[in-house]
Amino acid sequence: MNFLSELREGLFIAWDSLRANKLRSALTTLGIVIGIVTVTLMGTALAGLNAAFLKSISAIGTDVFFVAPWQWFSDEPWWKMRNRRPILLADARALVRQTTFARATTIDASRRMTVRYRDLSATSVNVSGTTEGGAEVGGLVLKEGRFLSAAEVEGARPVCVIGADIAANFFPYESPLGKHLRVEDQNLEIIGVLEKRGSFLGMASLDNEVMLPVTKFVSDFSFRPPVMIRVKVRDLKEMDEAREEIRGIMRKIRHLAPGVPDDFAINEQAAFIQTFDRMNSVVAGAGLFITSLSLFVGGIGIMNIMFVTVAERTREIGIRKAIGAKRRAILTQFLLESALICLLGGLLGLAFAYPITLVMDRFMPAALSASLVGIALLVSVATGVIAGFLPAWRAAKMNPVDALRAE
Amino acid sequence: MPLIRLQDIWRSYQMAAETVHALRGVSLSIERGEYVAIMGPSGSGKSTMMNLLGCLDTPTSGTYELNGTDVSHRDDNELAEIRNREIGFVFQTFNLLARATALRNVELPMVYAGVSPDERREKALVALAAVGLADRVDHRPNELSGGQRQRVAVARALVNSPSILLADEPTGNLDSKTGVEILALFDELASKGNTIIVVTHEEKVALHSRRIVRILDGNIASDEQVRRVEGRESRFEGKPAPDPSA
Ligand SMILES: Nc1ncnc2c1ncn2[C@@H]1O[C@H](COP(=O)(O)OP(=O)(O)OP(=O)(O)O)[C@@H](O)[C@H]1O
Ligand SMILES: [Mg+2]
Repeated sequence: MNFLSELREGLFIAWDSLRANKLRSALTTLGIVIGIVTVTLMGTALAGLNAAFLKSISAIGTDVFFVAPWQWFSDEPWWKMRNRRPILLADARALVRQTTFARATTIDASRRMTVRYRDLSATSVNVSGTTEGGAEVGGLVLKEGRFLSAAEVEGARPVCVIGADIAANFFPYESPLGKHLRVEDQNLEIIGVLEKRGSFLGMASLDNEVMLPVTKFVSDFSFRPPVMIRVKVRDLKEMDEAREEIRGIMRKIRHLAPGVPDDFAINEQAAFIQTFDRMNSVVAGAGLFITSLSLFVGGIGIMNIMFVTVAERTREIGIRKAIGAKRRAILTQFLLESALICLLGGLLGLAFAYPITLVMDRFMPAALSASLVGIALLVSVATGVIAGFLPAWRAAKMNPVDALRAE
Repeated sequence: MPLIRLQDIWRSYQMAAETVHALRGVSLSIERGEYVAIMGPSGSGKSTMMNLLGCLDTPTSGTYELNGTDVSHRDDNELAEIRNREIGFVFQTFNLLARATALRNVELPMVYAGVSPDERREKALVALAAVGLADRVDHRPNELSGGQRQRVAVARALVNSPSILLADEPTGNLDSKTGVEILALFDELASKGNTIIVVTHEEKVALHSRRIVRILDGNIASDEQVRRVEGRESRFEGKPAPDPSA
């Protein structure tokens, strides 16, 4: 009860003294403002990048293996892996036939090519060969028509499924179904249109795409191209067994003697996430460093100004002590004052940071989260309490006789 | 049991070259309800004694019993609590908080006693009315005259109903007319049974009390009751001082 009334008094005095020294308080708090702006912007940017990344990465799927000659984010030098034998269509088909853990599989190959429709053309379209399993493995949703069938893949039929951008650019006013696209010297009939999918990691658009049977792709657009196999596992719990099985099958297909290292790789989403996390923690570390540096500088400023305040108010401290204020009451009073300055600095920082996050939101999903606001305010108050402690302690243990004689 | 009992009190200050003995073995008893003046030349140790009596300071040796309990070796926080409960201070320079209104200044001792805001306000208003400042409660010190400031200080000193009112040169910063007003207030308080100790070097001020303790070089030189002065009432413009022998 006593403490409560001291606390209320402390808050009152702190607020009163801030109002009396507006300019000084504002200047003092600048370091805190900068620190809080940094921490909020950094936090918002990281959260935004994370959200964007996870959204993109979900296109890969947690339960999908990517079997290819090369390892993602490998530590092995590129010139060693470069010489690995490509995986050919026949090998891929053998793997797909033999694997037992798959819910769906697909064999892919792709190239950037120019696509035409009448007198319209689009360059650098991602033309890819795939199989009937491609829709399920990639989680593709059709807006119109249907996906490639097994018969069309088997017969290397000249049909294709197009991405949302191609559909929008070539057929703004009509349905693309039944129309024929021209890729090199081949006419491909459009049998399906995909829903919009966005971009992958903010770079390649996934909607600027034409998909056709991989058999057709291999025979007409590319001579013995390397292919990649994607295997979607039935059950996430079977990931390890599935990986081992695929590895065994691949080693057999590629005639690797026991003891010879794999000359192919079984990639998965986890590798992306690991790499991203590593990058993330580097950025977060740098942000933390800048933030703590400016908070440290700000804290020193606060400490300095609090020493000045305590010295200026020695007489007042003497009066309060004579009247019966205990050490705790004086300590609380000055800690509250210093915490309040920093809290206002924190609020000011948030007020600056908020419009910047709105601008950032145009480039990535960035929103100032409630927890970040909480952290920012907590950090500023903590800075105030830590920086204010020494001055407040000096005030608290002043001798009342000496303090009353001050001036 | 006396309210205050000092026994062989020494207060020494350790200086670089020598030790200054501000008080050299002072012994003194003061009963509840007494009105005492402490006099002496400059540097004799009056303020030092005042600080000890007010529990702002502790003696180098000797014992100080206040209300029957030894308070000579208490720590900072215990002394603060004793001051809050038992002592009301009136200073020469008023020592009000400059940025606070009269009301808030008077509320202050109760803030540290943990009294609820409503009760605080109520008691402070009563105390201010008692010193004749009911219409000045929302004024800040710089909006009040010297005499009014000292009245606020008196109200603040009395609001927690302390055992002792301690005043160090309470009229030192006031013109003589205002000083007389404050002294009249003290007389009234004394007649109501408050224990008052006033430090002063002015004979006129001391004569309001009923007992004068004279200090010289840190020792008590004399300690005598005030005899009634002939025609004293006439100095109070119709506010007669209470009969000291009553
Ligand atoms: N903090 C201190 N350090 C050293 N010496 C002190 C201290 N306080 C008081 N003294 C010494 O103690 C003696 C008594 O001082 P004190 O202030 O009690 O005198 P006083 O009677 O109040 O004088 P005045 O009428 O001038 O106020 C003086 O010699 C003074 O120099
Ligand atoms: Mg003095």
